[in-house]
Amino acid sequence: MYVSHLQLADYRSYPQVHLELEPGISTFVGANGQGKTNLVEAIGYVASLGSHRVANDAPLVRKGAERAIIRAAVVKGDRQAVIELEINPGKANRARLNRAPATRPREVLGVLRTVLFAPEDLSLVKGDPGERRRFLDDLLVARSPRFAGVRSDYERVLKQRNALLKSASAGLAKRRDADLSTLDVWDEHLAEAGAELIAGRLALVAELQPLVAKSYAELTSVGGPPVLQYRCSAVPDDAAHVPTGSPQLVDVLHSALRESREQELQRGISLVGPHRDDLRLYLDDLPAKGYASQGEAWSYALSLRLAGFELLRADGDDPVLILDDVFAELDAGRRRRLAGHVRHAEQVLVSAAVAADVPDELQGTRFRVHEGGVERE
Amino acid sequence: MYEGAVQNLIDELGRLPGVGPKSAQRLAFHLLAAETADVKRLVSALTEVKERVRFCAVCGNVSEENECRVCRDPKRDSAVICVVEESKDVVAIERMREFRGRYHVLGGAISPIEGVGPDDLRIKELMTRLSNDEVTELILATDPNLEGEATATYLARLVKPLGLKVTRLASGLPVGGDLEYADEVTLGRAFEGRRSLEF
Ligand SMILES: Nc1ncnc2c1ncn2[C@@H]1O[C@H](COP(=O)(O)OP(=O)(O)O)[C@@H](O)[C@H]1O
Ligand SMILES: [Mg+2]
Ligand SMILES: [Zn+2]
Repeated sequence: MYVSHLQLADYRSYPQVHLELEPGISTFVGANGQGKTNLVEAIGYVASLGSHRVANDAPLVRKGAERAIIRAAVVKGDRQAVIELEINPGKANRARLNRAPATRPREVLGVLRTVLFAPEDLSLVKGDPGERRRFLDDLLVARSPRFAGVRSDYERVLKQRNALLKSASAGLAKRRDADLSTLDVWDEHLAEAGAELIAGRLALVAELQPLVAKSYAELTSVGGPPVLQYRCSAVPDDAAHVPTGSPQLVDVLHSALRESREQELQRGISLVGPHRDDLRLYLDDLPAKGYASQGEAWSYALSLRLAGFELLRADGDDPVLILDDVFAELDAGRRRRLAGHVRHAEQVLVSAAVAADVPDELQGTRFRVHEGGVERE
Repeated sequence: MYEGAVQNLIDELGRLPGVGPKSAQRLAFHLLAAETADVKRLVSALTEVKERVRFCAVCGNVSEENECRVCRDPKRDSAVICVVEESKDVVAIERMREFRGRYHVLGGAISPIEGVGPDDLRIKELMTRLSNDEVTELILATDPNLEGEATATYLARLVKPLGLKVTRLASGLPVGGDLEYADEVTLGRAFEGRRSLEF
């Protein structure tokens, strides 16, 4: 698939911009702060309904404007779909697919798929578990959009349950009994939604493992092999066996919730569930987070993204590949090998402050980004 | 910020559900420009609703009498009680003209985020009705969203010892939404296909 048109209104630094894009490689070049990332961020937003840079939508709306609009046309084979998103911070966002209003934005998930490489990707390896959970969940949603519902159900249950634990732990004796009488109900919902999410992540990790190993070996000959291990907060660290099916995971979560209930009530927060899980990354048997060199960490991060790309591609259609300002981070060898890996994707969008950082085979159609304007050279 | 009375009005309007600061301002200026007679009519409608309308002593539905129209109607089937979150859900179900039982309006759903627990809903009143009346079936028609589901689960567990038939509206209702937005046909199907809850 590829994006053939992108139109922004009051998105980030852009009052108005309209781009026509082609399949193959396009390169966006411009000094820092000119709006390159803003462009590709908008394309990523159409695919995932979220920014890779910020957790909430408010910064996406141009300063002083009330709402931002992203319109993108996506071409898949001989069909074209037009997605229009209206971002209204503090209110419900709105979406239209081929001019018809969607009941909710989630309905457009799956129309455009992207894989975005960004300088922040290093935190996949060096950062907190939350970065890796997000990597897995975004990929899950991209592959099967129904997980967007599972994820948001889970987040909602978690919010409700945390509010309940907090008020119970604040300990107004009279309220506490009433609160506790409903905790079982929230446990049930947490276990249901949580098990589904964990089962999805476990299956995904199993599929990613060989692809990550393969990409890593292609990028570098030092370190490795990379080993992925999904750590369930609901299962003791030394457990011999972690079930992978959703029904068994419901039971696992229930017993973990029972065991941690006292502690949860004391601390007023949910301590077990997929929101506390981690995707542990090893190089051979050493944790990458503490042991990997900068170069190894980059190779690992790129391998994770490339594996995601391979998975989505294996589902039948090339996702749009976005490389936002990553070449400046990489040495010559990694640049070349990464370029060799991605240049045959149906559409590749590359951004760089300096054109010379972009390997020759990825130069493609050149756009110049300057002070909120984008011009084809 | 505007001066005194205007800002007061904006603040009050802004407190209404679904009215943000911008809409509140628009409404306020609309009212400012409106004919005095029109505004007086609005004021008296507001006053009247607070003076005349109260909640049915039996089911909690809005009513101008001590008991609401449904509770007063001897032809309604007292063996079936349909539990809903709000009075507007009663209106939605009545519009469908299929349900002949009675209602119980909870006044919301369990939602710790908003500080709403079981004690804040009309659940004690429901339990009293269930122990006195000749009720055989309880239909849990709370909204098809997380809070509605949680409330239904809670109630199903609570009434289990009473040995009633407890049913939940069939799926097919737009998930995540409000009952009141379901059209008559969808709602009718959800009622017909209601399933027993087992715990
Ligand atoms: N909501 C916003 N309103 C106006 N300008 C914004 C907004 N968000 C970001 N910007 C501006 O966009 C610029 C950053 O653009 P970006 O795409 O990150 O640059 P780069 O070309 O380096 O990738 C900054 O100048 C920033 O001030
Ligand atoms: Mg940038
Ligand atoms: Zn009544």
